[in-house]
Amino acid sequence: MELLRFFTAGNVDDGKSTLIGRLLFDSNSISTDIIETLTRQSKAIGNDANIDLALLTDGLRAEREQGITIDVAYKYFTTEKRKFIIADTPGHSQYTRNMFTGASNTDLAIILVDARNGITDQTKRHSIISSILGIPHILVCINKMDLVNYDEKVYNQIQEDYLKFSKELHLKNISFIPTSALTGENVVTNSENLAWYKGASLFEFLEQVEIPHEEENQDSRFQVQYVIRPQTEDLHDYRGYAGSVLSGTFKKGQEVQIFPLESKTTISKIEKNGEEIIEASAGEPIIIHLEHDLDVSRGSTIVPLNQQIESEKNLEATICWMDNKPFQAGQKLILQQNSFRTKAIVKAIDSKIDIHNFSEIESNGTIHLNEFCKIQLKTAEKISFDSYKKNRKTGAFILINENTNNTVAAGIIN
Amino acid sequence: MDYLDQLEAEAIYILREVAGQFDRPALLFSGGKDSICLVHLALKAFRPGKFPFPLVHVDTGHNFQEALDYRDLLAKQLDEKLIVRYVEDTIKAKNLQDGKGKFPSRNGLQTYTLLDVIEEFEFDACIGGARRDEEKARAKERIFSVRDEFGQWDPKKQRPEIWNIYNGKIDKGENVRAFPISNWTELDVWKYIKRENIVLPSIYFTHKRECILTENGQLMNTNKFVELDENDVVVTKNVRYRTVGDMTCTSAVESEAYTVDDIISEIKETKISERGATRMDDRVSEAAMEDRKKGGYF
Repeated sequence: MELLRFFTAGNVDDGKSTLIGRLLFDSNSISTDIIETLTRQSKAIGNDANIDLALLTDGLRAEREQGITIDVAYKYFTTEKRKFIIADTPGHSQYTRNMFTGASNTDLAIILVDARNGITDQTKRHSIISSILGIPHILVCINKMDLVNYDEKVYNQIQEDYLKFSKELHLKNISFIPTSALTGENVVTNSENLAWYKGASLFEFLEQVEIPHEEENQDSRFQVQYVIRPQTEDLHDYRGYAGSVLSGTFKKGQEVQIFPLESKTTISKIEKNGEEIIEASAGEPIIIHLEHDLDVSRGSTIVPLNQQIESEKNLEATICWMDNKPFQAGQKLILQQNSFRTKAIVKAIDSKIDIHNFSEIESNGTIHLNEFCKIQLKTAEKISFDSYKKNRKTGAFILINENTNNTVAAGIIN
Repeated sequence: MDYLDQLEAEAIYILREVAGQFDRPALLFSGGKDSICLVHLALKAFRPGKFPFPLVHVDTGHNFQEALDYRDLLAKQLDEKLIVRYVEDTIKAKNLQDGKGKFPSRNGLQTYTLLDVIEEFEFDACIGGARRDEEKARAKERIFSVRDEFGQWDPKKQRPEIWNIYNGKIDKGENVRAFPISNWTELDVWKYIKRENIVLPSIYFTHKRECILTENGQLMNTNKFVELDENDVVVTKNVRYRTVGDMTCTSAVESEAYTVDDIISEIKETKISERGATRMDDRVSEAAMEDRKKGGYF
């Protein structure tokens, strides 16, 4: 069985929480005691006729009080074919960082459009963020079709508008589905009112969409998380480098290079779950043993000798600023890329990205919360990386404030 | 990769991040199925090395004997360090009021003991088996959840957690709660137990037990902490436990599940959620879990 991670973006007004509630409800993923609680809550807010499915996802008191999604909520459901992890993210621009958080490691974006309103600033913002994150699939759900008399023309117009707007975003795969989350039409089952639509329902789409395992075919990358040294009598010389294969494959006997040391050696042994294996591929948690005794530690990157990786102190990146406090060039931070950490300084803020039309505008030198900027970074130690376009695992990093320890930015290497 | 392999890989990755980022981590072990899975995952993450953390159990004094026996045997078999601290001692030392009512829960009190043991050993990270599908406040919590000096969770100040890059940087006195199986559901846990042949305490499987049938239909086992009165409806039924918490606040479910396979089919068919079926402590209010977490609870 496969695992699909996707995120939904949109406002409560677009019916996002209702849509998720509908997916969970119609796939029998909600228990009766939770439905009872929902019925009670729905009645309390004056909704006697139907249970308010949106109440399923808004888990914090403040969210229920304000009727909005503030932070990411994770929801799960399983069908015969797949397990799904939904990151339910907020739509408002003031919570962009939370949306970015939920979207970051997913394979599919569901972007909700209210059929009455068409493409809005929010649709554009969510699409541009999906483009920056390199989300492999975009599904535009044109929702609330019941409120536009299930009119095919409305659907076609929105589809046309979206394709026109998104041309420059280089989104990989774009699909469209007309739905009504409220009535459930085209969510799990097809609808007579939408008989002109011949494609898959949302549910069918989710079960069928191809899950790209991009990292399997990319260059091989491994980063050390933890060094295992039992130092017991019988395992006196044991020294294993524990970590996950970030991309590609590694084999016993393979010649490799260790970064940032740039020293060469050979993989003498690979272990997984206490057993020796010959080959390990992307995603597998393993222990690597090296022939030579080198200064390899947490954060060291292992790459096959016949493959290249960038190893530099200067890099250009696009960051999303996530801290309430604005930021200026020249300030020091800590950069973390998987398990590798080094001090870093922002040398220059080159430009700001307008996340409503994807154009670059001149920066006034300050970055504010939820803004996207192109910056130049200098690190204290060499960082081994690929561009994010080439490898999502080695091209991504976070920035940490040294004083508050907070994660203040997410970055992708250009 | 099969989805269980992916969940397993994610959990091992998180466990190794905890080991790599913290000086004094601990694994909170309750004898329940979720923390038993954590121990199994830790074996995969760190063997042939020793665990880079002790197992820590906050014993409320209301635990099931089967879970305690399992705990002691497991620590011995694995030859790993086990630290046990008792809520009973905290009650005496701090002169606290013990749980009251018909079913006197120590659920709230164990937070004191937990915070004390964190302080005693200066733990900077505590690994726990909480899952996001259990409860809606948990659905909102990060995998690395930073707690202040008082162990409090502030949902408004959560750090963004992007890709699978975990920021565990904290100041002295603070600690991180790390949840490697956040993305597992109850069914995933059982499928994993089956696949890995993990042995569990016997109370997870069907057995005969004397219980009080409460007004709202819950089956609370009779024990020395619960005083029987003449209005109690006492029944003996074939039951099992879906969650193993305090015997004073965890109820049994009627079941004919003798094997892990039976349990998997039972869960697939059941219409009642895990905590809804078995926990009295979540029924207090809509935000019961959110409030407990803000106070330092797991």
